[in-house]
Amino acid sequence: MSEDIIAISGINPRQCMKCGKCSATCPAFEEMDIHPHQFASMVVEGRIDELLASESIWKCLSCFACVERCPRSVEPAKLIEAVRVSVLRERGGSFLSPDEIPAKLDPELPSQAIAAAFRKYRK
Amino acid sequence: MQRIGVFVCWCGSNIAATVDVDAVVEAVKNEPGVCHAQNYQYMCSEAGQGLIKNAIKEHNLTGIVVCSCSPRMHEATFRKTAEQAGLNPYMVEIANIREHCSWIHKDKKEATEKAVILARAAIAKVNLNTPLRPGESMVTKRALVIGGGIAGIQSALDIADAGYPVDIVEKSPTIGGKMAQLDKTFPTLDCAACILTPKMVEAAQHPNINIYSYSEVEAVTGFVGNFDVKIKKKARFVDEKKCTGCAVCTAKCPSRKGGNEFNCNLDNRGAIYIPFAQAVPNVACIDSTRCIHFKTGKCGICEKSCSAGAVNFDQKDEIIEQKYGAIVVATGFQISDVTKFDEFQYTKHPDVITSLELERIMNAAGPTKGTLLRMSNKEHPKDIVFIQCVGSRGNTCRDKTYCSKICCMYTAKHAMLIREKYPDVNVHVFYIDVRTPGKNFDEFYRRAVEQYNVDYIKGMVGKVWENEEGRLTVQGVDLLSNRRIMLDTDMVVLAAAIEPSEGVRNIATMLTASIDTNDFLTEAHPKLRPVESPTAGVFLSGVCQGPKDIPETVSQAGAAAVKVVGLLAKDKLVTSPCTANANELMCNGCSTCERVCPYGAIDYIDKEVNDHGKREVRRIARVNSALCHGCGACTVACPSGAMDLQGFSNRQIMAEVDAICK
Ligand SMILES: Cc1cc2nc3c(=O)[nH]c(=O)nc-3n(C[C@H](O)[C@H](O)[C@H](O)COP(=O)(O)OP(=O)(O)OC[C@H]3O[C@@H](n4cnc5c(N)ncnc54)[C@H](O)[C@@H]3O)c2cc1C
Ligand code: SF4
Ligand code: SF4
Repeated sequence: MSEDIIAISGINPRQCMKCGKCSATCPAFEEMDIHPHQFASMVVEGRIDELLASESIWKCLSCFACVERCPRSVEPAKLIEAVRVSVLRERGGSFLSPDEIPAKLDPELPSQAIAAAFRKYRK
Repeated sequence: MQRIGVFVCWCGSNIAATVDVDAVVEAVKNEPGVCHAQNYQYMCSEAGQGLIKNAIKEHNLTGIVVCSCSPRMHEATFRKTAEQAGLNPYMVEIANIREHCSWIHKDKKEATEKAVILARAAIAKVNLNTPLRPGESMVTKRALVIGGGIAGIQSALDIADAGYPVDIVEKSPTIGGKMAQLDKTFPTLDCAACILTPKMVEAAQHPNINIYSYSEVEAVTGFVGNFDVKIKKKARFVDEKKCTGCAVCTAKCPSRKGGNEFNCNLDNRGAIYIPFAQAVPNVACIDSTRCIHFKTGKCGICEKSCSAGAVNFDQKDEIIEQKYGAIVVATGFQISDVTKFDEFQYTKHPDVITSLELERIMNAAGPTKGTLLRMSNKEHPKDIVFIQCVGSRGNTCRDKTYCSKICCMYTAKHAMLIREKYPDVNVHVFYIDVRTPGKNFDEFYRRAVEQYNVDYIKGMVGKVWENEEGRLTVQGVDLLSNRRIMLDTDMVVLAAAIEPSEGVRNIATMLTASIDTNDFLTEAHPKLRPVESPTAGVFLSGVCQGPKDIPETVSQAGAAAVKVVGLLAKDKLVTSPCTANANELMCNGCSTCERVCPYGAIDYIDKEVNDHGKREVRRIARVNSALCHGCGACTVACPSGAMDLQGFSNRQIMAEVDAICK
């Protein structure tokens, strides 16, 4: 699973030096259960299930502040995006039936995520 | 026909574990010219060398091939061995079956095959080798030191004490470098000026040292032992011999709008100035870009106020030409550009400063007379935030990839000095890692934490902004508790990355000395020749070679001086005979080789040649063997095949290639 996230994101999370610049920069930090800097080490450690279940992937604004600031070019938002995409692509995933979508909509849900969900259900 | 001996070394198990050394001996035994072959555990040992010497005598060998490690390691050793047995040292060839073979291959069969091929190539070359005799060149017993920081000063003092004359070329009006700008120094917290200025004075008064301040190196030609250097002494418009350093003029100068570089532009200086009170030489200097007289032809207040009559608006730049045997580069460093880090507001808010600016603020001769004040409102701060690694250790376009090495220590110093003098000020340090290797260094940092209650926070700062109260808010993260940190503070201090001084590329180009991707000068060997440049006769001292603190700089400066003294102590240098030569019958004087020679070793002469009975005067390339480094650029560039390199002739190289392809 780590390999999938690495392949989807095109990111080598081992480049992370655990400086915390991403989390220090992130405007959505307080709403996240797992913080941007943790994504890098959790992908390395293979803790993907926790990431898939995390609130953070829906709270991330995709503002790319962390991508801009990360001194090691880890670009955490791309790792987060890869986890998000993995959830959306997962076949038979129970939490994204079309009826449920309106209830999930909240102003902070990235439009990218909604678009991806709809793409999936058109098939 | 040559009589060649082949000696295959096991290098313990380094080679023998991967290469079947018996098989190599077996395979080369019948190569053309070979009349002796054997292997041994350590060819470089006394016993191994004895074995080679005996074989040379016993079998009357005319050339030898040693299959061993890289020629960089032991070519010199085996050449000496051969010479002791009466063989010309240039009749020795090394086949590198360690670095080029055993260390990089796993399969023994393949590695053995390759070792045999490498041995064959070397044998093919020795078959065409001819005895060569090295030349000699003289040594000018004078050294040049470029840069007058603590590194340059220390190197100059050590060379001068050994009895050789030294010139220091310093581009600013005084020697002293960055150390002169520091307040106190870790790890002992002694005042920088108290330990530096005695050395500056010693350099100025030393009978063997001559300081060219406000000067720059313009051009360098020549080679080890014989450098010809042009130095430009910039006009300072003040007669160095007459000026007494009383500084009356500097106080009277009405042009005061420009920043004072010595105080990191936190205050202003006059157009005529002495950088600081203990400057060496203690002589004023007019900055003609700011002087009213140079702009309008009026003013001249300094000239009128100088009782010594030292001001001279007509002074011109002067070019000094001097010969040197050795050159020490000690051009030091500068603080990297922090304006790229707009999240820290450095350009927007005066209370966001660099660590070097803090040194000046803390210094009694600085812009605030040593009182810690906010630059925005000159008020006493209550909180200070330090941010580490600004521009260091990253791989983006904003960062240097390296660790600047000195910042962890100087921040601990700053934190303690502030807490000592102003116990009411809270000090917070955002860090990624605290790196304090060095004698008494970690203890120093722990003191900051344990005794001075400095708040070290593992994490970075995301951004800084001015809040409603006119203070600064710092948004960061504490990774150990996985919490967001919001701090209101009065000052933010950036531990900015250091980088080589501007202009070092120019110096490196003039000296044909190499620099790395970060513009630090490269050493000849990172472990074994750390103070020598790969360019013979050029030595490295201080931060120009890589980030380091004062203790390390001084040690390196001394080491460079010893190398210089070792060179200057020689009356003559042996020059390599492996230089280029033009075949005068083949040369058509086209100038191609002159254009590619990086050392300017080639010129042309008109010479009468006898071309198969036809006598005529032709333009022919001539190589100055003292300047030629034997790089071979000309031999491949020459369209008529006239250029050849002794010891690496086209025939020899082709014979090696043929042997490999056989
Ligand atoms: C904020 C700060 C605090 C520090 N605190 C400490 C401390 O407490 N303790 C400690 O041990 N170290 C400290 N250091 C490190 C210390 O400053 C350096 O180790 C030391 O200054 C290195 O000396 P240097 O001679 O190599 O370089 P520099 O001091 O930079 O000297 C180089 C000299 O060469 C001259 N120059 C440059 N280019 C040319 C050229 N092309 N031609 C002629 N001249 C040229 C420059 O003008 C300068 O005078 C600190 C550094 C900083 C930035
Ligand atoms: S900013 Fe980059 S290097 Fe630093 S913790 Fe985040 S991902 Fe790792
Ligand atoms: S892209 Fe996402 S994780 Fe990165 S700073 Fe923005 S909100 Fe935070």
